[in-house]
Amino acid sequence: MNAHTRPRQTLFYVILTVVVVVMLLPFVWLLFGSFKTQAEFLADPGAWLPESFQIGNYVQLFAERGFGRYMVNSIIVSVVAVIGNILFSAMAGYALAKLRFRGRTLVFPLVIVSMIVPYVALFVPQFVIVVQLGLVDTLTAIILPVLIAPLSVFIMRQFAYSVPFELLEAARIDGASEPGIFFRIFLPLSGPALATVGILSFLASWNNFLWPLVVAQSQDTYTAPIGLAVASQASNTVSFGLLLAAAMVVLLPILLLFLFLQKYFIQGVATAGLK
Amino acid sequence: MVVASTRTIVTAEAGSRRLRGDGPRRRHGGTRAEAVTGWLFLVPFLAVFLVFTAVPALLAVGASLTDMTARDIRDPLAVNFVGLDSFVKVLTNSAFQSSVVNTIVFVGLCVPLSMALGLALALMLNNGIRRLRSVFRAAAYVPVITNIVAAAVIWQYAFSIAGPVNTSLASVGVDGPNWFGDPGWAVTTVVMMGVWRTAGTAMILFLAGLQSIPEEVLEAAATDGASAGRRLWSIILPLLRPTTLLVTVLMTVMFLNIFEEPYLLTKGGPLGSTRSMALWVYEQFGFGNVSASMAGSVVLLVLVGIVAVVQFRMLRPKH
Repeated sequence: MNAHTRPRQTLFYVILTVVVVVMLLPFVWLLFGSFKTQAEFLADPGAWLPESFQIGNYVQLFAERGFGRYMVNSIIVSVVAVIGNILFSAMAGYALAKLRFRGRTLVFPLVIVSMIVPYVALFVPQFVIVVQLGLVDTLTAIILPVLIAPLSVFIMRQFAYSVPFELLEAARIDGASEPGIFFRIFLPLSGPALATVGILSFLASWNNFLWPLVVAQSQDTYTAPIGLAVASQASNTVSFGLLLAAAMVVLLPILLLFLFLQKYFIQGVATAGLK
Repeated sequence: MVVASTRTIVTAEAGSRRLRGDGPRRRHGGTRAEAVTGWLFLVPFLAVFLVFTAVPALLAVGASLTDMTARDIRDPLAVNFVGLDSFVKVLTNSAFQSSVVNTIVFVGLCVPLSMALGLALALMLNNGIRRLRSVFRAAAYVPVITNIVAAAVIWQYAFSIAGPVNTSLASVGVDGPNWFGDPGWAVTTVVMMGVWRTAGTAMILFLAGLQSIPEEVLEAAATDGASAGRRLWSIILPLLRPTTLLVTVLMTVMFLNIFEEPYLLTKGGPLGSTRSMALWVYEQFGFGNVSASMAGSVVLLVLVGIVAVVQFRMLRPKH
């Protein structure tokens, strides 16, 4: 890489730093704003820094605004979605890539074709189905559609292709049952792929917006983003400080996860993009 | 291609097992136990897929041909078939027409801007610098994973009339606009947010594409005296073509479906200037016009379908 001269490198560092700082500015305003009181917002809404770091917004959020309940709902939805996606995508991906049976090759093209259907075409019929099942305004209804995503199956199917047939065949000759081969041979090899599936499905269910907005109709079933969206639409009665504190709380789990598991996020996007 | 190679392996294995003479053979090469396990393993996925994707997709098309309203949701079979009436109404509805125009404007602005930013970041990260790569990459990617509702709250605060953006502009002598109150600036704000949220994805995909370009090719060109600009234009960009196509299609489909940004930032306003097709569909559902809502979503589906078909044509390997 001797073609790159020092001045050009310096220029790139400067450009990258400027671009990245601008991209991250909203998070700076978020952090500082969440510690400002309503009086400060009224006096000088444009000030970057709070006069002093007041945690009043966070206290009010959980003590008076019921945000704890929304967070618990979000955590329940996401944990169940992650478990569902990990288990069911491993099963489906393994079946599609490694088991030989009639009809197997028909399943996947159908799924791929369905992936182009815009979500706004699906949420109304989904709502009708949930009404028929008597599940409106339940966490079950929020979870079911994201319990196992085509993308998760796609990632596990790609991974399963890389597992050699000989390994499974050897177990078969040794008399292992088909489920036994899956649980004792295939699953223990799948750690990294399952981590990617787990993270992407956590992100999808935590950030899910339109479906919970339609199906959660009382505060008992609001997830954290829905609670935040409802509060922000009543913004004449809710202060910016409170909303920013709530936004901070909604973001924090994702940011922490990203900080520690960055490589799986990036891998996931690269895989997902190459579908 | 993947399917073909698996078949080869399957045949070879079935052959080897035939020599060993164990278990009954079936036409597709697997045992009965494999078939039973295979379908059992697919049950959870297929159940969710059928109930929440395949059936709803068919119902959406079906409902668009009826006079369904919100009152029919509890008894969806009580609707009347009205043929293409809803499509005629939707396509002649001026609010829907302007939502189509708005959506095309969003696609036309967001896709090239997001891709240009993503490509620039990827080029600088891949060839320009040696240190701090993963730090810059992670930082540019954070907006992608950010919760959209939280992001919208921040943007509403940051771009409010006397908010931090306009305060900062004022400090360098620029009179900041009314970002959400003026139609042109509202579109600009939604576009900026769209680019901010997707450039990181483009960057990651371009980085993956750039890493597949052999280092030797670039070094050979540099040795032959090709300038950096020349190498970019004549070598890197042509070799990146498959990635560029992929990112173009992904981004186009993503922004054809744009919903959250205008819904949360501007509610489609002012004067409907930021109402996208998806937002129009959602609004009609809210008004109880289920059949119109579904007809609008079928029109969107057709647009996305056209893009997908073009993708498969362009990405198909040439022999």
